[in-house]
Amino acid sequence: MEKETLLEAKDINKYFRKPVLFHVLKDICLEVQRGEFVAVMGKSGCGKSTLLYILSTMDTDYDGELFFAGEKLTGKSSFELSKVRSANIGFVFQFHYLLSEFTVLENVMLPAKKLGQKTYAEIEAAAMAKLKMLHIDHLAGKKAYRISGGEKQRVAIARALINDPLILMGDEPTGNLDSYNSENVFQIFKQLKEEQGLSLLVVTHDNDFAKRTDRVIYMEDGRILKQTPP
Amino acid sequence: MSSWKVVLGIAKTHLISKMKSTVTATLGVTFGIGAYITLVSFMTGLNTMLDDLILNQTPHVHLYNEVAPSQQQPAYLYRDFENAITIVHSVKPKQNQQKIHNALPIISYLKNNPEVKGATPQLRAQIFYLSGAQDLGGNLLGVDIMEEERLSNIQDYIVEGSPRDLKNNVNGVILGAGLVKKMSLQLGNRIQVRSTNGSTIPLKIVGVYQSGIAEIDDVQSYANLSTVQNLLGEAKNYITDINIKLHDLKDAPQFARRLEHQFSVKAVDINEANAQFETGTTIRNMITYSVSVTLLIVAGFGIYNILNMLIYEKMKDIAILKATGFSGTDVLMIFMSQALIIGGLGGILGVLIGFGLSTVIDNIAFETEALPTITTFPINYNPLFYLIGISFAMISTAIAGFLPSQKAKRMDPVTIIRGT
Ligand SMILES: Nc1ncnc2c1ncn2[C@@H]1O[C@H](COP(=O)(O)OP(=O)(O)O)[C@@H](O)[C@H]1O
Ligand SMILES: [Mg+2]
Repeated sequence: MEKETLLEAKDINKYFRKPVLFHVLKDICLEVQRGEFVAVMGKSGCGKSTLLYILSTMDTDYDGELFFAGEKLTGKSSFELSKVRSANIGFVFQFHYLLSEFTVLENVMLPAKKLGQKTYAEIEAAAMAKLKMLHIDHLAGKKAYRISGGEKQRVAIARALINDPLILMGDEPTGNLDSYNSENVFQIFKQLKEEQGLSLLVVTHDNDFAKRTDRVIYMEDGRILKQTPP
Repeated sequence: MSSWKVVLGIAKTHLISKMKSTVTATLGVTFGIGAYITLVSFMTGLNTMLDDLILNQTPHVHLYNEVAPSQQQPAYLYRDFENAITIVHSVKPKQNQQKIHNALPIISYLKNNPEVKGATPQLRAQIFYLSGAQDLGGNLLGVDIMEEERLSNIQDYIVEGSPRDLKNNVNGVILGAGLVKKMSLQLGNRIQVRSTNGSTIPLKIVGVYQSGIAEIDDVQSYANLSTVQNLLGEAKNYITDINIKLHDLKDAPQFARRLEHQFSVKAVDINEANAQFETGTTIRNMITYSVSVTLLIVAGFGIYNILNMLIYEKMKDIAILKATGFSGTDVLMIFMSQALIIGGLGGILGVLIGFGLSTVIDNIAFETEALPTITTFPINYNPLFYLIGISFAMISTAIAGFLPSQKAKRMDPVTIIRGT
């Protein structure tokens, strides 16, 4: 496949000012190609989540520049960034946040309703398809607070995929899954990358998972230590 | 799918899932608006009743001849004393007649004036009611009773008989209620009346008048104008008072001044006659408005608190919505529409409750001597109050909801998500 940069970060630096000044990300430069499956590894507290919030446009308090599909995102208004997120970026949080009073199906459908490009029936069908793919279609009508942690994590993945984004970012998306479901999620990611050219940027502690991706980025103390293959 | 539907759908789910807070907030608005409607309907009903009491009994302009000393004493006019200091001791009122000079032309002038709704002649006579050995002093008012009925609410105070009975009975009299009691008379009886010049006529009692003010009811009676003129032995143009009702009450002072100039009579307008009336009305209105505004503000604070709480509870939801592509404005809309739904529902319920309570008050018996026509508490069913109630519910919830919603709009999703 032809190389085409989707996501590019140039010299990202971030500081936390409270409780004390803390330089959490140091000179981060990285690129993610279209259709590339990238894993991020590193010890707890090295800044992986912080980096992902910046790359997903949710955190705008950083130095450096961020480009998405050739477009500079740094400096854009929060309204414009929310549009970019809505259409192009799927995100799975470390703690699988769902709207607890909504049903599983409603949770998955909401981002598509917001995007507003399909009819209700189309969105519903697409949401059911994603749930089925993750083996949780039987939970569709349940309220989100009534399902287990592993199930919530898969609902969050379905929700991240509902708008067919260009890139999926996951902060330990398989952290709560047993090996069977973890393997299923990995296969789905791989399949989406191959069939739809989805880019993936996934934080993981699972060596077995990371080994089978296209590239692994190792972080330590807010820096990129090495990338394999470089 | 339209973005509005999505926003409203989320707002609805939030409201339903937090039913207790929603109901509390809605009831807060309901009671505020309900109490406002009830209070304002009742207070303005009372105010209108009290105003009418005065307005209907007092002519807008009252013309009569004042008993007063001459401004220009004859000595001032004497040329020889022009440069001297003139001192007149013991000035007395000049000899003057009670009747209004040229009363009939004045009345016909007034009746043709477009500003005037009506002008009625009156003849006020000092008389004695003869009852056995006792002579009771009093007033007999000669009136054009059908015009009085049209221009004032005299019929409300005629507790027995009617204005028409007097009209049809040349020698009839509508007697004050106090007199009827004192002299143990009843409808259809005859009573002798003697004027100060000694002539006496018998009058038939065709009605009883009760103003509720004992000082009036004990002395005053009404008869036909011509009857009183006959009693006094005076001509058809002998009239002591002219009462004028204008189309617009506000013109009264100016109109009175003009008449004084034009006809050289004393003209008293309603504001001079009831200076305390305006003050009383203003103060009552001030109380009504300050109490209702307080009620509405209290309701507004309730909404503010509950929305603030709701948004605090929904911080995680806000973060997720923003992370999954909802803009700050979408989030603002979600919470604003919750506020407006609470305001709308609470407002509508409040208006219904206000109407219900008003109806209840309207049916509570309220009887007073002073107001023979009033049987229940007065209520002013002005649609404007209901409109204000609903609008205020919406506006106050919008304002109360705006600050917390604005907070939700600005809230940084990362701070919330990282917080765990
Ligand atoms: N809001 C914050 N204020 C100050 N320090 C923070 C804040 N959030 C995270 N940190 C610190 O930043 C570092 C990186 O955190 P994080 O990105 O969550 O690490 P990881 O996801 O790699 O475990 C940690 O040392 C953490 O304590
Ligand atoms: Mg982390």
